[in-house]
Amino acid sequence: MWTTPSRLHAKGIVGMNRRNIRYIGRYNSRRLYPLVDDKLKTKLLAQQYGITTPALIGTVTTQFGIKQLCTMLIGHQGFVIKPAKGSGGKGILVIERIEGGRYIKPSGVQLTLGDVERHVSNILSGLYSLGGSPDVALIEALINFDASFSEYTYEGVPDIRVIVFKGYPVMAMMRLSTAASDGKANLHQGAVGVGIDIASGAAIRGVQFDRTRHDHPDTGHELASLHISDWDTLLRLAAGCFEMTGLGYLGTDMVLDRDHGPMLLELNARPGLAIQMANGEGLRPRLDLIERQPEGVSPEQRVAFAQHYFARSSELRETA
Amino acid sequence: MSRLPFYLIVGLLLVAGVAMSIHRHVQFEVPWTPGEQRQVWEIEAQVNFIADGGPAKVNLALPSTQQGYRILTEHTASPGYGLAFLEENGGRRAEWTTRQATGDQQLYYSVQALVAPSSRQPLIEPPPLRRDIVWESPYDTAARQVIERAWSRSADPFSFARELITDFTEARQGENARLLLTQFDRSPLLVRLLNQAGVPAREVSGLLLEHGRRRQSLTPWIQVFDDPEWMLFDPRTGERGRPDNLLLWESAGHAVLEVEGGSNSRVGFSMLSRNQPAAAAVRSELADDTLLNFSIHSLPLEDQALFQTILLIPIGALMVVILRVLVGIKTSGTFMPVLIALAFIQTTLITGLIGFLLVVAVGLVIRNYLSYLNLLLVARVTAVIITVIAIISVFSVLSYRFGLNAGLTITFFPMIILSWTIERMSILWEEEGPKQVLIQGGGSLLTAVLAYLAMNNPLIRHLTFNFLGIQLILMALILLLGNYTGYRLLELRRFKPVTED
Repeated sequence: MWTTPSRLHAKGIVGMNRRNIRYIGRYNSRRLYPLVDDKLKTKLLAQQYGITTPALIGTVTTQFGIKQLCTMLIGHQGFVIKPAKGSGGKGILVIERIEGGRYIKPSGVQLTLGDVERHVSNILSGLYSLGGSPDVALIEALINFDASFSEYTYEGVPDIRVIVFKGYPVMAMMRLSTAASDGKANLHQGAVGVGIDIASGAAIRGVQFDRTRHDHPDTGHELASLHISDWDTLLRLAAGCFEMTGLGYLGTDMVLDRDHGPMLLELNARPGLAIQMANGEGLRPRLDLIERQPEGVSPEQRVAFAQHYFARSSELRETA
Repeated sequence: MSRLPFYLIVGLLLVAGVAMSIHRHVQFEVPWTPGEQRQVWEIEAQVNFIADGGPAKVNLALPSTQQGYRILTEHTASPGYGLAFLEENGGRRAEWTTRQATGDQQLYYSVQALVAPSSRQPLIEPPPLRRDIVWESPYDTAARQVIERAWSRSADPFSFARELITDFTEARQGENARLLLTQFDRSPLLVRLLNQAGVPAREVSGLLLEHGRRRQSLTPWIQVFDDPEWMLFDPRTGERGRPDNLLLWESAGHAVLEVEGGSNSRVGFSMLSRNQPAAAAVRSELADDTLLNFSIHSLPLEDQALFQTILLIPIGALMVVILRVLVGIKTSGTFMPVLIALAFIQTTLITGLIGFLLVVAVGLVIRNYLSYLNLLLVARVTAVIITVIAIISVFSVLSYRFGLNAGLTITFFPMIILSWTIERMSILWEEEGPKQVLIQGGGSLLTAVLAYLAMNNPLIRHLTFNFLGIQLILMALILLLGNYTGYRLLELRRFKPVTED
């Protein structure tokens, strides 16, 4: 049930307190937070830096603007409504398709326009935003995720979290939504986390609720054959977020779109620690190694460095 | 980046805190532990009235050394007023006078009373029996019958008084008693009846001493004489004897406060008990208000009572820091548990827990309905606030009806904080399910209970109130905790699977 601090230390596990003081506190300057805490700003900034993001259908900034929601959505089959300043995936509403005035979630639950408008109203009042401050609702096009992942996910879009430290991609995992997580890709809600080898983009190991898994709990598909295509492009996009934001310790959430390839979904200045569980390895040795590297290295070199030093072989194949 | 300045600050805070505490211990002989000390009550009477604009004269009864209490020192604050202490037929009184006073007037009188179980009251002369009592019909018959009934069931003045007063208590009120109470106030009526029956008695006013109470008023008591002895009776219950925490403020049978040249006069009392070495208690007369005497104990009593609680908040906050940084417990709202713990101090733990759970549970049900109404956030939380107030009112009335006076203390809960708690838990429930609500709600309650236990500990209360240096030590501790990069206790469990391969 319990382990000892010395064993965690030997594994190089980074705890919450260390993450907060040693990495976030030291490398993430407070004044840069708005860039990532506001998804609209992130999006606009990403466009400047040539980083692809899901297409923006529109924004709702005022309560009376909600009335225009209906006209805004004309011509779009599926869409995603997000609070610009939401955290931890809160307040994200995914509508897969609209059928006869009913808005259908990936789970099959049907909503009326009133429900959707109420959700937007809640977003504007700041229900999901940090500190409850008034917020803006973003409406984005639905991502057509790569069909190769459909076996690995239940309802939601699988996304790839890459921790970027001082511009080096240090650790990555894929988050697969499950029935338990209600189609959301948050590990603490029950999504499956799959550790991804930085060198190849192949699965290393899977966890759900912090316990090891070898298959997806809903589709039953084994995780060993999971391999992310276009992996180098994805890593370069992630590494480029360092120049874009200036944040030293960054969680980048990426998705693979069928047509547009890797895309930046959102950034997180306080990425969680569950990625260590998914990889079965502590972040600390990698972070220590990066801290010893000189400044001013190009994103391509950083990606190459990470792929060379952080290569891992899968633990899944042996058991599969 | 050097951490030297940080450790320097922590070191300085620690040294200063320890030094201040030791200084206070040595110089003022304030003990480290709350026990084995003489208890001193500091009582402050605040007289308020609205002056008419002309000359004003205020006459206030003062307490004297009596059974159980010895009066140590007294002070007054009354700028612009002349002051005289008078001895009038067995009672001490203060008389403030001024030639011209307009508007709101405030006069202060504060007294230190040492708890001295050995203290004896000087002999008191019984008041002369009043022979001039005239009753109107039909009260005369009622009075006679009440007296006869009590007389026949008693043997001496004290048992007569007991029987008489019990006949006027709620449970045993007869028709005669009810009739008399429609015309007279209880205490003067009882004195009148006792006098009529030839038993010397008078109405006196006493103050029930309770630590940290503010804006209290005096309660009437009946002093019955059987020369040379006397006995106190509670006019409400007929109970005999003086409660240990009763200080007789006015014991000559006169009015407590008389104001000439003013209206709307009233007197309120605040009190505080402090443990002091007997020697220091006696010496306290000598302590003067210099700039160096920079301590909250030089503040007016009412503010000191407030500080007693304020100085405990860092203890509660320290508990929160420990539980979050070292243990890793999740709470709903960072310092919400401290405020709940403060409420627990007023309500006592069990009542507080039951009250909190009731309010939050009922609030969640109603909040759940509110979410269907599709309201803006601020309006919805406001609706929850009103709901919480309504729940608290209903529970108070219900518990009072069922005779549970403890239920009334539910009003001490911080209502706005409770409303936000309900709002947050409700959202948590919708988004992450009841399990997270239980985890965070349970974490908050556990933190609140631990904070309460720490804040309610007599030793900790004594130390925080009497040694301001403790605050600096707490500050240093919290700074150190804020610098802790090690694992949290719950992380040892969370990350265990990683160490297993």
